[in-house]
Amino acid sequence: MLEVKNLHATIAGKEILRGINLTINDGEIHAIMGPNGSGKSTLSAVLTGNPLYEVTAGEAWFNGKNILEMKPEDRAHEGLFLSFQYPVEIPGVSMTNFLKAAVNEKRKYQGQPELKAGDFLKLMNEKRKVVELDSKFTRRSVNEGFSGGEKKRNEIFQMAMLEPKLAILDETDSGLDVDAMRIVADGVNKMHTPETSAIVITHYERLLDMIKPDVVHVLYKGRIVKTAGPELAKEIEQRGYDWIKAELEEE
Amino acid sequence: MTSEQQYIDLYRECREQICAHSTDVLNAVRDEAFNSFERLGFPSRKVERYKYTTIDKLFEPNYGLNINRLEVPVDPYKAFRCDVPNLSTSLYFIVNDQFRQSLQPKENLPEGIEVTSLAEYAKAHPEFVAQHYARLAKSDEDGITALNTMLAQDGLLVHVKRNVVVDKTVQVINILRSDVAMMVNRRVLIVMEEGANAKFLFCDHAADDQQFLTTQVIEAYVGANASLDLYCMEETHYKNTRISNVYVEQQRDSRFNHNVITLHNGVTRNRLDVQLKGEGAECWCNGCVIADKTQHVDNNTLIDHQVSHCTSHELYKYVLNDKATGAFAGRVLVRHGAQHTVSEEVNQNLCATKTARMYTQPMLEIYADDVKCSHGSTVGQLNDAALFYMRQRGISEKEAKLLLEFAFINEVIDKIQLEPLRDRLHYLVEKRFRGELSKCEGCKLCK
Repeated sequence: MLEVKNLHATIAGKEILRGINLTINDGEIHAIMGPNGSGKSTLSAVLTGNPLYEVTAGEAWFNGKNILEMKPEDRAHEGLFLSFQYPVEIPGVSMTNFLKAAVNEKRKYQGQPELKAGDFLKLMNEKRKVVELDSKFTRRSVNEGFSGGEKKRNEIFQMAMLEPKLAILDETDSGLDVDAMRIVADGVNKMHTPETSAIVITHYERLLDMIKPDVVHVLYKGRIVKTAGPELAKEIEQRGYDWIKAELEEE
Repeated sequence: MTSEQQYIDLYRECREQICAHSTDVLNAVRDEAFNSFERLGFPSRKVERYKYTTIDKLFEPNYGLNINRLEVPVDPYKAFRCDVPNLSTSLYFIVNDQFRQSLQPKENLPEGIEVTSLAEYAKAHPEFVAQHYARLAKSDEDGITALNTMLAQDGLLVHVKRNVVVDKTVQVINILRSDVAMMVNRRVLIVMEEGANAKFLFCDHAADDQQFLTTQVIEAYVGANASLDLYCMEETHYKNTRISNVYVEQQRDSRFNHNVITLHNGVTRNRLDVQLKGEGAECWCNGCVIADKTQHVDNNTLIDHQVSHCTSHELYKYVLNDKATGAFAGRVLVRHGAQHTVSEEVNQNLCATKTARMYTQPMLEIYADDVKCSHGSTVGQLNDAALFYMRQRGISEKEAKLLLEFAFINEVIDKIQLEPLRDRLHYLVEKRFRGELSKCEGCKLCK
């Protein structure tokens, strides 16, 4: 699915990623944890092509394609999806028009005809139920005036609409209460298949009780410094990161 | 020779002809306007209200004038067939400055509304027209108004009598038609008596690929408890210059709803003066500009709160691309004693390219102490975070920009009270942003 080799990236001349190596196979869920400022969000931004960041070295292959050379929209069409840590408000653009453009551009990229208006509405009604959003919100502007929980549920709704191969959830759990987190996790789990993968970026083990990862990584100072099974998340929850930092210093 | 001189000479030489092809009421103020024009000339950029548009250069070319009122050979009803069923309007045409009598059956409009030629109405009702003509539009204050008053021979008259409510929108299509470079001086007088209620849509079009220069002066009287909606849409081409001065006087409890929309143009300068003279009067003045290439649009407004308990709302939005320039200067004046004034003024602009320029100057001048007033303006670029968010969802950069520009300008269009016009404008604006409205091809509202 995804193979990242020695990835380095900077923002405004400052190096944030210092050699990331990561391999994700079909059907796997990987959790990425790590202290604040370690580069977790930067990794998701670089993989999806945010123009604020500059890749200075390394490679990233997505299903055999070099995604670092692709435009953000083409990466999306190839099946890469980012659930934003801070979803952007877009006043004046309705959810319906926004998603219609997104769905149809993807279909165009794949050589399929545009969805008919009726079919599109049917699809939207079906998918919004996955995250328990009511019908009124599709007429509202994208994320405008949404509560924190609604914004995150809206991200998962968009994911359901676009059916990505690899979804990156960037702190989708932060700021959510337990019920909202349950809705989000259920949504992600329902969409998970042996052919799709996910990267779950989080600070909290609680989400990983609901979305079971196959592999847990710790990112620190722009590198993956520890990789283990789900038990690593539990250990971090109990002991924090200091013991990992200490281990690194010993080396 | 300064560019004023050719118009001074023209008036001296052709005064008799100009008067002969007009009527007494309009002729009565001509010499005085000429004296003002001779004194004022064209406003230079040192004149505060004209500091963003260079006027005299626009008048330099040698334009033809149709002083002898030769009939312009065009049948607008054939050229502009309206086939949009939901935009059901009473349709009138003005070719250059000549009013064309409607061929539609009269029952389209109720008793008590006149929509006709200004000169004809002034012949039939000289006292009524003299009471209103050139009273709000003062020649001694504005060189353009002076020039228009000295040269205008005809135009449009609207008179809505007391308590007459006109449900159907009156649409007036101004067509510029000529085989040579042409100057048109159009005059419009709107009188809404007490309790009258009507909506107007003026559309400016250029039917020929000629250089046109239009000066237009609109005077509108809104009587007590009357309501006037005035939507002005310009869709001309890059060789077109339009200078429009609109003067409005509102009496007690009256409503004035104005929206000036520039979809396509060359150089446009719109002046709007609203006098709130009676308590409880309220006005909404909105503007929407989409400009690219080297187009220039300058909106200059004055809202004059003269008495207490009046309310004004202003929202102007511009989207500028390429090397377009825009200007907005809006002065809100709250005079002594105009207590409990509520006024808000917003001007927001999007410069989509680095070469586009926007000049904005919101002004609040308050001489009363118990008022609620706000003003603000912004000039910005497209939101990068929103662009990336949309691209991450698979929307191409071009389409994402378009959606953002469209969303930005829609706020103004949504203020339009006429639903069919609003829907039609949503459609036109989208086409405009997609570059599919590259040139005026007749009235897009009707086709």
